[in-house]
Amino acid sequence: MAAAAHRRTADEDTVVISGNRITIALAGNPNSGKTTLFNNLTGARQHVGNYPGVTVERKAGVCRYLGYEIRVIDLPGTYSLTAYSVEERVARDFLIEHRPDVVVNILDASNIERNLYLTTQLIELGLPLVLVLNMSDTAKARGIEFDLERLSRLLGAPIVETVGHKERGTESLLEAVVAVATTPPDTPRPAVTVGYGREINREVTDIERLLSGDEALVSHYGGRWLAVKLLEDDQEVVERVRSGAAHWEAVRDAVAKARRHIERDYGDTAEIVIADRRYGFISGACQESVRSSVELRHTRSDRVDAVATHGLFGLAIFVALMYGVFYLTFTVGQPLMDVLEWLFGCLGDAVAGLWPADSDSPLKSLLIDGVIGGVGGVLVFLPNIILLFAAIAFLEDSGYMARAAFIMDRLMHKIGLHGKSFIPMLIGFGCTVPAVMATRILDSRRDRLVTMLVLPLVSCGARLPIYALLIPAFFSPHLRAPMLLAMYVIGIALAVVGVKLLRTFVFKGDSAPLVMELPPYRMPTLKGVVIHTWERASAYLRKASTIILAFSVLMWALATYPRKTHLDRDYEAEIARAAGERNAALADLNAELGLPPESALLVADDLDASAAPHHAVRLVHLRQAIQAARQRFDEAVADEQLRADSSRYHAVQTHHLGELHRLQQTAPELYPLALRLLDKIQGPHERHVAQLEAARSAELLAASSVGRLGRLIEPLLKPLGFDWKIGTALIGAVAGKELFVAQMGIVYAVGDSESAGDALRAQLRNDYSPLVGFCIMLFCLVSMPCVATFAVTARESGRIRWAVFQAAGLTATAYVVTLAAYQLGTLLGLGT
Amino acid sequence: MSLSAVVEGAIVRLVRVNAGCGLRSRLTAMGLVPGAELQVVRNGGRGPFIVAVKGTRLMLGRGMAEHIVVR
Repeated sequence: MAAAAHRRTADEDTVVISGNRITIALAGNPNSGKTTLFNNLTGARQHVGNYPGVTVERKAGVCRYLGYEIRVIDLPGTYSLTAYSVEERVARDFLIEHRPDVVVNILDASNIERNLYLTTQLIELGLPLVLVLNMSDTAKARGIEFDLERLSRLLGAPIVETVGHKERGTESLLEAVVAVATTPPDTPRPAVTVGYGREINREVTDIERLLSGDEALVSHYGGRWLAVKLLEDDQEVVERVRSGAAHWEAVRDAVAKARRHIERDYGDTAEIVIADRRYGFISGACQESVRSSVELRHTRSDRVDAVATHGLFGLAIFVALMYGVFYLTFTVGQPLMDVLEWLFGCLGDAVAGLWPADSDSPLKSLLIDGVIGGVGGVLVFLPNIILLFAAIAFLEDSGYMARAAFIMDRLMHKIGLHGKSFIPMLIGFGCTVPAVMATRILDSRRDRLVTMLVLPLVSCGARLPIYALLIPAFFSPHLRAPMLLAMYVIGIALAVVGVKLLRTFVFKGDSAPLVMELPPYRMPTLKGVVIHTWERASAYLRKASTIILAFSVLMWALATYPRKTHLDRDYEAEIARAAGERNAALADLNAELGLPPESALLVADDLDASAAPHHAVRLVHLRQAIQAARQRFDEAVADEQLRADSSRYHAVQTHHLGELHRLQQTAPELYPLALRLLDKIQGPHERHVAQLEAARSAELLAASSVGRLGRLIEPLLKPLGFDWKIGTALIGAVAGKELFVAQMGIVYAVGDSESAGDALRAQLRNDYSPLVGFCIMLFCLVSMPCVATFAVTARESGRIRWAVFQAAGLTATAYVVTLAAYQLGTLLGLGT
Repeated sequence: MSLSAVVEGAIVRLVRVNAGCGLRSRLTAMGLVPGAELQVVRNGGRGPFIVAVKGTRLMLGRGMAEHIVVR
């Protein structure tokens, strides 16, 4: 190939042009259309990772053109290449250390002067450059004309026109990239230097000369670039030169002197003067090659903004859109979530089918309760996450997100958060996991971390079952709604305090000052939305699922082992005895129907109709029909949350009684028998067996590590008003907040079915005071988040220690807050 | 005067930014250099600001606008 290997380093990112491989880096301002172009180039062949040690996304992809394999690195969108922000440092380090074969600099054509500021710095880096004039159609429509040939000559790099969202110009870009990449490195390129005026140029040259002895430094970074950066007092470059230069003292003194000269002559610091000169260079280049015939101050975007950023209408639009996002994520997502839950249920049943029904195999339990239960518990969030990110991608790509930040900034700023933090907070009311993912819309790492760390305090949907269990158990109807509201308000108040504390003690110093570009509104492309959504959803799946799987298995093991082998009661025998009693009761009925006395046909789940007498079959069908009608009634009442004194309840009940009456009409002689079968024989027996099984589960759980831990921490929980049963349920709830209810059900041996709620409430009322009930809710609200949140926080913050910090901090807070509430309540005499 | 005192719709010229190097360099890169022409698009009296500069719209926190000197 014409292009010989001309790269020394052999890092994985530096693909040597051996044969047909070219590495290009995309650089450009945020909102310049860089990502759209990246998607156009690479399509679905993308890989998203993180730059080592930082949470900046690192996107790479591959595309093929004319037999070349072109590796495309999408650098973070930056306005400049200083060392002040993580994104800029990452972009700069990549360019310097990995020296891609071609740097493709994307410019927003309608905003070219500001965009060229980054270009001046790329020119100084001395890497082969291709400029892309993106969205040139919009610019032309706004009356901006370009003399591309002249601009290209002035900037010393080829220029390609593209329209990213219409996928126009991608091919000519690739052509230019290949042409530049295959130019032998020793071919003289048009030498363009950004001029800083005579005096500054002289200072630059002087410093450059001082550095020229340091072969290694100069060949790696380029002498002029180093000199300019030293003059700008770029701390990172200063550090590198200090450790690499032979005559550091001389260089340092020369730079200090030069900076003093510049400041004296121009009345401003060197970096400002240099920046000014860069704009001067740009302005010179543009004057010769860009003509703006009409000055359109009020573009379409501005007209939309007149409403969208308006104090009142803007807020209304924002609230409406946020409601839309919330609705889409949780209401539209719910049926999909149900389908996934059902699928995992089926999978669990299918796996369970591999063992005999009464098998006690630990492997069966591990697979079903640990692996499928745990991973399924995470995967069911996938529809919500996909919908949420599709909505967010749409808002981001359209340019609205920046306006949302503007609208919310005043409120959020008072709390100490960024305007955009509002969005994750809102999502947090549904589920903390996608909320943590949604913090990706925040640019500053500090803002992201602060938001992420307090997010679990926003009461998520999984806490609702806890409130739904406890509030009716302890509080009279007129207090229930205020109690529920109080839980949400307490959560928000604690989150606000949490932000203040984090800002004061952990993330000291000012929050990132708010400067943000409001990009022009654009119609998002389907491709862009799909790619962005998939990127984030797959990141969630890949990383979160590994940690969650491990935790699920651990939690399963803790709740299962050590397994008590010699139980206090012989449950098997009792269950067998119960079956015997039922059969005895059944014998009379069998006799009346002319069945053999020991026949279990009438209570069998499925019936072999051909082998049974006709009237017995009819009785079983009638029994099933009554059962189905009762179940429908119960479900209707539960679904609509009907109160027994409401008219709607009355209507449903009337309908139900009518149904039963019709059933009675179909077989008047069998109907009493069916009722007897259901209510006197089968029902009591089933309840008895359920009781026995619940008692066994309770005994097993009490003996397991979780139960022992619960007892172990009982002295610790006593001051909060909790006993070991609550402790055990709290530990079990680590796997998911909603599990608290199920765990309480097991500990109290009422079983974990939904219908057990009332039985459980009665038990709780018996054992605890309303104050303890309140304290349980408080503790559940504040204490350590669920495993999924832990996993996703660890992944999104890039450090597991943040997740540990969060879990520990929240649990400690929960302890203190609950302790205070209980002790204070007891003092005030609320404890009885 | 400070940018925060400029009324909506007014066009001003940036004189200097009173801030640390990091912030100043960031503002510079976004087009807020001495001599640049700014139009205040939105200044609600409280909360953040929107200004038009070099063909883009920038949102600035109120605190920051107070540190930007214009004429």
